[in-house]
Amino acid sequence: MSLFNIFNTTANAMNAQNIRLNLVASNIANASTIAGSKEDAYKALNPVFTQALQAARGNTTQYMGVSITDIVPSNAENNAIYQPENPMADEAGYIYQSNVNPIDEMANMISASRSYQTSVEVLNTSKDLMMRTLRLGE
Amino acid sequence: MLLNLDNYLNVHSTSVNLRAQRATILANNLANSDTPHFKSRDISFKESLVSATNRVNQHSASTQASSHPAHIPIAGPHSTDLLYRVPTQVSLDGNTVQTDVEKSIFTENSIRYESSLKFLNGKISGLIKALRGE
Repeated sequence: MSLFNIFNTTANAMNAQNIRLNLVASNIANASTIAGSKEDAYKALNPVFTQALQAARGNTTQYMGVSITDIVPSNAENNAIYQPENPMADEAGYIYQSNVNPIDEMANMISASRSYQTSVEVLNTSKDLMMRTLRLGE
Repeated sequence: MLLNLDNYLNVHSTSVNLRAQRATILANNLANSDTPHFKSRDISFKESLVSATNRVNQHSASTQASSHPAHIPIAGPHSTDLLYRVPTQVSLDGNTVQTDVEKSIFTENSIRYESSLKFLNGKISGLIKALRGE
């Protein structure tokens, strides 16, 4: 029964959105961290979404949802601030902020939670349809 | 009694199958609403139903034989052409899923699935009534 595939698809989607939400939480938590060098400064992490392929055979291709293939750090510039009195400052007196953009993260968070919600709704509808199919002929 | 149960339920059982298949495709679209370069897919229900009912009729007449388990079937019992949806507005990341459109189509598909179930239910209870003869 092909409706069973929806459970896989939505579970995958919910898992992917969950990871995305986790990354947003990590980014926001580290938004105000500072470091002594550009390399050590926190870089915002972003997930890479790709379509998950289950099986391809002949002219029938089966997809099951979405998967996260990679988590990449943002390559945005880390802000340097002149603060020679800071114990973290380098020889030139600069400290480096994280490159997290809180507005981006908030937008990301809303998008992730909405997508998660959609998956739950799809799952619920499919479950109802399946239960109704099971009661067929009663 | 000359009653072929396949013919008796024919169009409704095929339609339930196709609706379920379409629901899977739409669920996949919704799952990939944030995937870059993902193209939204769908099937044409009308054409799929026509080809599926034709295939069911042909299937009883001649079944395609394969001499090796690794042979790739030309067409499965319910394989249909996957089409691409044309978006009303393109997004920068090349994704053509419009969540609201997909969701409304998914809801419509679910209701039509249920209506096919209703018809099937009616046919089955009618059959049972006839069998009881009360």
